[in-house]
Amino acid sequence: MTPSSDTSRAIDAVWRIESARLIAGLTRIVRDVGLAEELAQDALVAALEQWPESGVPDNPGAWLMATARNRAIDLVRRDAMRQRKHEELGRELETQPDTASDPSAAAEDEVGDDLLGLVFMTCHPVLSTEARAALTLRLVGGLTTAEIARAFLVPEPTVGQRISRAKRTLSEARVPFEVPAGPELRDRLPSVLEVVYLIFNEGYAATAGDDWMRPALCQDALRLGRILAGLMPREPEVHGLVALMEIQASRTRARTGPRGEAVLLFDQDRARWDQLLIRRGLTALARAELLSGALGPYTLQAAIAACHARARTPEDTDWERIVALYDALAQLTPSPVIELNRAVALSMADGPAAGLELVDQLTGEPSLRAYHLLPSVRGDLLAKLGRTNEARAEFERAAGLTGNRRERELLLRRAAACTN
Amino acid sequence: MRFMLLIKANEDSEAGVMPSEELLSEMGKFNQSLIDAGVMLAGDGLQASSKGARVYFSGDERKVTDGPFTETKELVAGFWIIEAKSLDEAIEWTKRVPNPTGEEGQIEIRQVFEESDFQ
Repeated sequence: MTPSSDTSRAIDAVWRIESARLIAGLTRIVRDVGLAEELAQDALVAALEQWPESGVPDNPGAWLMATARNRAIDLVRRDAMRQRKHEELGRELETQPDTASDPSAAAEDEVGDDLLGLVFMTCHPVLSTEARAALTLRLVGGLTTAEIARAFLVPEPTVGQRISRAKRTLSEARVPFEVPAGPELRDRLPSVLEVVYLIFNEGYAATAGDDWMRPALCQDALRLGRILAGLMPREPEVHGLVALMEIQASRTRARTGPRGEAVLLFDQDRARWDQLLIRRGLTALARAELLSGALGPYTLQAAIAACHARARTPEDTDWERIVALYDALAQLTPSPVIELNRAVALSMADGPAAGLELVDQLTGEPSLRAYHLLPSVRGDLLAKLGRTNEARAEFERAAGLTGNRRERELLLRRAAACTN
Repeated sequence: MRFMLLIKANEDSEAGVMPSEELLSEMGKFNQSLIDAGVMLAGDGLQASSKGARVYFSGDERKVTDGPFTETKELVAGFWIIEAKSLDEAIEWTKRVPNPTGEEGQIEIRQVFEESDFQ
């Protein structure tokens, strides 16, 4: 008999492992994520009441599902739902296999489909990206409202409302519970991947001294991405996104200096790059490339990141390949920022003058007017060409444009280093 | 957080006895469940200690001893590295490692040092 505090920690752990599939399976039955979550949490309450006495069951997921389904039946009997849902629910319950008595009846395919259905619902484009991120982290990621609030530096009630409103919107818009197929999948997949990458970037932007839930978002995003790769193994961009995140995450330990300062890619101690994550990233990238005809945007970005990951030193980097990848990326998703990155790669491959020529073409770009990396890159190229006064001016301008304290310090240091 | 799960050896693993069909199949499903949950980072089996060696350190002295080694229950026969939010979650996953023969065994769970631990 385990003491109750041990049991409640075990129940917490079981919840983190089982909640997404539980909610997904229930959503299939009741066709409403809000109700599904309520039923799942009712089952959790029952577990908290009973398991301290009886012990954690051998198949906790099946126990929770059976309990939640029974609760759903109770609701139907008490006629708490509208007539139409009553009939739908009755039909569903009659045809569902009783997974508690025969766990193998819940075929892994079905469970996978349910989870995928849930993801496409929580990432539905009818919701804003913030709402999608919060709802996905809550229902699929298993984070609490408090954890999501801490991770996004937003008050807890705000996140709570965002989630409630999102559930209501899905309900009112009658968003169906289904996994899109064929061309519809291709249309809907980007709205799922962008949510995962948004969560990753939020975590990646965290700085030393932030609440540890923030950098932990990178792990949550990676976990979500890997889950999707398992559910949609033939979709190359899913593997591309996972590859991109694994490789970017591999640099975490090298990105911050001893005093918490930002360290640029070129200056990072590559011995601190996580080879485990790099290996995983390269494997995912290989899978994406194998599945692709033409490479998609996430896969291209991952391929660029892989070029850096494979280079033992900055000098070993295959810059020509990076330029070619940016060429392809610019054709798919043209943007001044990508042009800027391409200019940097070109300067490394063909010399600073070649890069500067491209960058100078961007100085008139309205969307880059307040983008600190433009003068920062220009300053770097000018410094390499020995035009130190111009370089200093550009670094100072860049420092004035960035809102990030550590970046500003870095840029001012570079400006100060420009002496004749 | 990362956790390493260390499967302790037994007489069979030390004798190089191949796992049964049933165990291989169940282990395969368990590994897949870790992958499906997005928490598997790495995992492998280790060959019997008869194929290994030990290097003993003392000052500048290095002494090499070939396997096999005798303290079977303390030897490591395999490992996983998983990503989990807490030791409790790592424990929960570990409890799900299959044991079709019902034999005795042990899996030790250790938290992997991460950068933040050094600050």
